[in-house]
Amino acid sequence: MTTDTAQQTVELTPQQLFRKQAAGEAILPNEEDSVHRHVITVLIDDTIGALNRVTNLFSQRGFNLESVTVGESKDPTQRRLTLVTTGNDRIIAQVLRQLNALIDSIEVEDLTREDHVERELCLVKVRSTATERAALLSVVEVFRANVVNITPDSLTFEVTGPTAKINAFIGVMKDYDVREVARSGRVAMRRRLAFEH
Amino acid sequence: MSHPANTSPTATAPSAAPTATDRPLATGAEILIRSLEAEGVEYVFGHPGGAVIAIYDEMHRIQPSFQHILVRHEQGGTHAAEGYAKATGKVGTVLVTSGPGATNCVTGIADAYMDSIPLVVFTGQVPTHLIGNDAFQECDTIGVTRSITKHSFLVRDVKDLAATVKKAYHLARSGRPGPVVVDLPKDVIAARAPFHYPDHVQIRGYSVVGRGNADQVRKAADMIAASKRPLFYVGGGTIISGGAEKLTSLARKTSIPVTTTLHGLGSFPENDALSVGMLGMHGTWYANMAVQNTDLLIAVGARFDDRVTGKIEAWAPHARIIHIDIDPACISKNVPVDCPILGDVSLVLDQLDDLVHPADRQEWLAQIAAWKEECPLDFQKDDALRPQQVVRALRDKTDGEAVVVTDVGQNQMWGAQFFSYVHPRSHITSGGLGTMGFSLPAAMGAAFGMRSIGRDVISINGDGGVLMNIQELGVAAAHKLPIKVVILNNNYLGMVRQWQELFHEERYSHTNLEPTNPDFVQLAEAFGCVGLQCTDPADIEATLDAAWKVTDRPVVMDFRVITEEKVFPMVPAGAATDNMITAQFSPEDCA
Ligand SMILES: Cc1ncc(C[n+]2csc(CCOP(=O)(O)OP(=O)(O)O)c2C)c(N)n1
Ligand SMILES: [Mg+2]
Repeated sequence: MTTDTAQQTVELTPQQLFRKQAAGEAILPNEEDSVHRHVITVLIDDTIGALNRVTNLFSQRGFNLESVTVGESKDPTQRRLTLVTTGNDRIIAQVLRQLNALIDSIEVEDLTREDHVERELCLVKVRSTATERAALLSVVEVFRANVVNITPDSLTFEVTGPTAKINAFIGVMKDYDVREVARSGRVAMRRRLAFEH
Repeated sequence: MSHPANTSPTATAPSAAPTATDRPLATGAEILIRSLEAEGVEYVFGHPGGAVIAIYDEMHRIQPSFQHILVRHEQGGTHAAEGYAKATGKVGTVLVTSGPGATNCVTGIADAYMDSIPLVVFTGQVPTHLIGNDAFQECDTIGVTRSITKHSFLVRDVKDLAATVKKAYHLARSGRPGPVVVDLPKDVIAARAPFHYPDHVQIRGYSVVGRGNADQVRKAADMIAASKRPLFYVGGGTIISGGAEKLTSLARKTSIPVTTTLHGLGSFPENDALSVGMLGMHGTWYANMAVQNTDLLIAVGARFDDRVTGKIEAWAPHARIIHIDIDPACISKNVPVDCPILGDVSLVLDQLDDLVHPADRQEWLAQIAAWKEECPLDFQKDDALRPQQVVRALRDKTDGEAVVVTDVGQNQMWGAQFFSYVHPRSHITSGGLGTMGFSLPAAMGAAFGMRSIGRDVISINGDGGVLMNIQELGVAAAHKLPIKVVILNNNYLGMVRQWQELFHEERYSHTNLEPTNPDFVQLAEAFGCVGLQCTDPADIEATLDAAWKVTDRPVVMDFRVITEEKVFPMVPAGAATDNMITAQFSPEDCA
């Protein structure tokens, strides 16, 4: 049926690459399109339903959403969200476009490849009696965790830092009788001054 | 028999009513009505109920400049507003009550969202203090419609009402259009505020793109100049942006053939030699051949829907792709493109026009002409009444100068294939959502929109879908709309039957409509319309002649077409476009 079967052997267009992938063919290392974790900040109008629209977008479009944090920003009429999502470059580009398309979103930034700082807060409640307390306290000292509550049979620690540090802390605590863990999810900000709001 | 108008004749504006000057505060209901007037709304398709009764009361008092059309089902109201919007390019307006009134609108809102149709839907809501209490007729309308609206508003303060209406219309019509819901709690409608309709609205975080990036446009022009076998792939966005004429002149100037999507029909005259008709699942064989062989696909206001591409890896295998679209979220969503141009299609086509030149494409055009010869769009002509013949006769009767509104199913595809559209906004259908029951109410809305210019409106239906909003026939009759309602009655859920025949070994599970079909002629007459029946191909013209003589009410034509007719060509769902089934092949070769 096809009259012209002459295939050119020039470099692949994005669309040919996509087809190759969809057809399950091997992709050369330099063509690879792998899945990464992305940290995206979004400024939204502080109106009813705005936060809902953002999170709804992820379920509606089938995007992953690992964590969301939300709180007031510099401007009290705006809220700032930090989202952590995963996907290949194409998906992430879609996530960003869809977030931008929301009427409530004022600014969307993917900080992943920007120079930025990230912090997460974590509370961990561990069962411990008075006799075990000293040993436990010396361990958490290394992570600069704070004791925020003590009961006769438990200790609650607060630790803040990049996600890797939180993971390490929770990993160490697994050796003890951990009863509860609460993580805030990440908040992030680029290091340099970029935009004025 | 005369039908009462939707407002009672005794409803004169009470002369004793205080004027705006001695009563500077207006109720929310009045503010809403004044806002709609200020917005230039011509028609409101609505249905009253408890939560909005105050608005209806105020309408009775004010006798506003717009006309309220009392529909008989809120779904019909939303489709009527869609039909009006598609035919005129203006925003459609709907007003309904809370709870069931709002949920009945969901299908129409979803339909408008999928097809980028500008609608503003006002829904009543329980008083703010009862929201969340499961009050009588409460429904979380904003929540239910969140993923099917471009945006939505819950008005909590009457002082925000006028500006919210302004924003809603602005959002609905600008950029990539879409439906906007405005939820109006009963206490907000009753509260008072001074009325002021703003001239401008600022929506932080919302901007509409205009011209395309000059470098990208230049790149596109270079790609066009270098291409040997370019093809325009034109979607509904071209018509929405008002760019159809520009596209036509650009294609003619550069001798680039044009294929359109279902929603692109009419953006380029199908009787032009450069037209290869519709592409995709039920597109022409030659349009799909052109796609499979082109080296440059220029997508204009189209979104690479799966009904267009089929198996995406096998689609347009030799093509580089230019994609012009106003919606950034559409670009590279389904198919990665080589040259995206974000912008208003109409403006980008202007930019492109300055940079492209006539070129000799004899070889490519000759190839396309040969494909058209090889497998034309055709059907068998014998003494059986075939649906395609009815559609052709409708075209001949109107010279293609009509607005055709099709339903969903086989009738939709025959309506798309055999009418030969030559004008933008002359073809209206539910493409994205595929909503059975769309055609009749949408045709009614289109007929209201076309009333002043006297354009014929034809509604093409199946015997299944037409019953899904048949109640609006009474409304069209009451307003003396001369809609030509065509039923391609095959006594089956034909499109499903076609799949059952081709892919499910002829197991016709629950698709026979014969036991439940009404007598459509009697049904038409019961609604105050004219009913006609046609069973013989020799009578098609006479039936149409009789129908076109009626100018003061709808005419329903029950065409008893044969059940076995199928829509060809066909690319089976999910198959590669190269595996197209055409009428020249027998079904045994393809299942
Ligand atoms: C509301 C709704 N329900 C079900 C479907 C699935 N569907 C698509 S086409 C079709 C058959 C339509 O039959 P009919 O209206 O008689 O049209 P025909 O295909 O026979 O022309 C059905 C059931 C749909 N598109 N919309
Ligand atoms: Mg049918």
